[in-house]
Amino acid sequence: MTDITEQRPTGLKDPNKSLARMLVLILVACIVLVPLITTMVGALKSPGELRTNPFGFPEQWLWSNYWDMLSGSRLWSILGNSLYVGMWTVALTLAIAAPASFAFAHLKFFGEQMLFNYLILGLTFPFATAILPLFLMIRDLGLLDTHWGIILPQVAFGLAGSVLLTRNAFKQIPDEIVESALIDGAGYGRIFWSIILPLSLPILSTVAIITFVTSWNNYLLPLVVLNTAENYTWPLGLMEYQGQYGNDWPKILTYITLTIMPAVLAFLAAQKYIVAGLTAGAVKG
Amino acid sequence: MATSASKLQYVASKRQMRGWKTAIIFVSPAIALFTLFIILPIIEAAGYSVFNWNGLGLPSPDRFVGTDNFERLARNKVFARAFNNNMLLIAASLFVQLPIALAMAALLAERRLGTITFRMIFFLPFILADIAAGLIWRFIFDGNNGLVSHASQAMGGDAIFLLADREYAFVAVLVAVVWKYFGFHMMLYIAGMQAIDKSLYEAASIDGANAWHRFRYVTLPGIMPTIRLSVFFSLLGALQLFDLVVPLTGGNPLNKTHTMVSFLYYFGIGRMKVGFGAATGVALFIICVVVAFSYKKWVMKDD
Repeated sequence: MTDITEQRPTGLKDPNKSLARMLVLILVACIVLVPLITTMVGALKSPGELRTNPFGFPEQWLWSNYWDMLSGSRLWSILGNSLYVGMWTVALTLAIAAPASFAFAHLKFFGEQMLFNYLILGLTFPFATAILPLFLMIRDLGLLDTHWGIILPQVAFGLAGSVLLTRNAFKQIPDEIVESALIDGAGYGRIFWSIILPLSLPILSTVAIITFVTSWNNYLLPLVVLNTAENYTWPLGLMEYQGQYGNDWPKILTYITLTIMPAVLAFLAAQKYIVAGLTAGAVKG
Repeated sequence: MATSASKLQYVASKRQMRGWKTAIIFVSPAIALFTLFIILPIIEAAGYSVFNWNGLGLPSPDRFVGTDNFERLARNKVFARAFNNNMLLIAASLFVQLPIALAMAALLAERRLGTITFRMIFFLPFILADIAAGLIWRFIFDGNNGLVSHASQAMGGDAIFLLADREYAFVAVLVAVVWKYFGFHMMLYIAGMQAIDKSLYEAASIDGANAWHRFRYVTLPGIMPTIRLSVFFSLLGALQLFDLVVPLTGGNPLNKTHTMVSFLYYFGIGRMKVGFGAATGVALFIICVVVAFSYKKWVMKDD
């Protein structure tokens, strides 16, 4: 797992090289940050000023752009929809992936390897291939334009990666622990619930983070499934808003800033866990 | 006695089936959901791809068109351009994004002044949704309001309307992709570098290796497995890019900036041409699976 704050010994370095290193890093950091900063600052300008002065700070800081949007209900309702979809996707993914991973890691049953490989196959499949038949299926199930029409396929598509990660972590728990619990008369369900799960909270939170971020940012599936504005998740709401206001960039920039804020704040608050979570699949895979 | 007896019994059962009844209950929901929402639709896509069908009712036998949809796809100029764009994405990932990520990782692998701040800044774009990142870059490249155009004018040049340029609009997508994803690959490389045995560096220094030699002969071989994995992610990600294209160019101008998935969306789903869209999906599926399996077989065979 990548740890963003890992301690490393500091060696003695040539000061000129340190300076060159710093300059390169600052240059790249500027390239990364300038689009984000111009977006946030641009939201505070009037359309006229944005056109003539896109770089600099605004002459008049139009905080009202932000307040207008924050006091309306539109923003909150689409963020609420995204939160609802994300929470249920995380809950169901954990509820379905964790028991399956326990079975793959510690139980022996017919076709174990085959079923595991079958699930893992899903990691290389492009989701877009399934999207058209999935749309027809969701329509026939009567789930079109509902949040459950997004949650269920999202859970299904996240299973492969989640099961792979959790199974590998569960395997680290020694078989002897399972064996002695069996000898003490505990059933498999009890072992899973009282021993395996409490020992696996780090990997379960990692899976929860990956699943939530993927759901929060998902666009293609909600785009195909949802068609009334009050059900939209925030990426759909953002695109609709952009379509509605066309070239009124300050309005759109305000909307972008406010909708990416939850992700940015969550990242700043828990960057260590988020980086570890999002790169975990790669290192453990 | 009772303990050792049940232990013997347990050891015997371990070789055969152990807790298989529990396993059935624990595994079935995962297998069922995965089959219903992923595998079944992919099989259906293969089925629909040989019909000319608009998705209403059932595909009737007289709508059977054989390989017609695939032939139309192969002749389609927009799809050819989209495929070409996916190849450009792969090239940008390998020849621009990978070197930048590697260089930044080399500068940030050891903890020194400001290291953590820079790692966070470089990783930040990765956590943004593609939709938001795409819109931000649409603003940056906007000919009237955007940064690029104003910078050009400030230096005495003309306003630049890159997103309206028939030949080069896709460059905007490439820039946005590198901007958004290099930090993720950088974090992978940092993790790989931290796993390299420190004594190798000491031994190399004693043998008189300079910084470049240490990078070339210790770091690079040490993180090769990580690089192969990061290339694997880049390949599959580049073949499936969609979210970033929609807000940035929407496939415009003149359908020059589609990717295979945005082509599938606009020309298959958007127009409810189920058969043609399914054929596009099947083509995408075959390309992804062939790339993934041959890469795993030939390149990642030792990992």
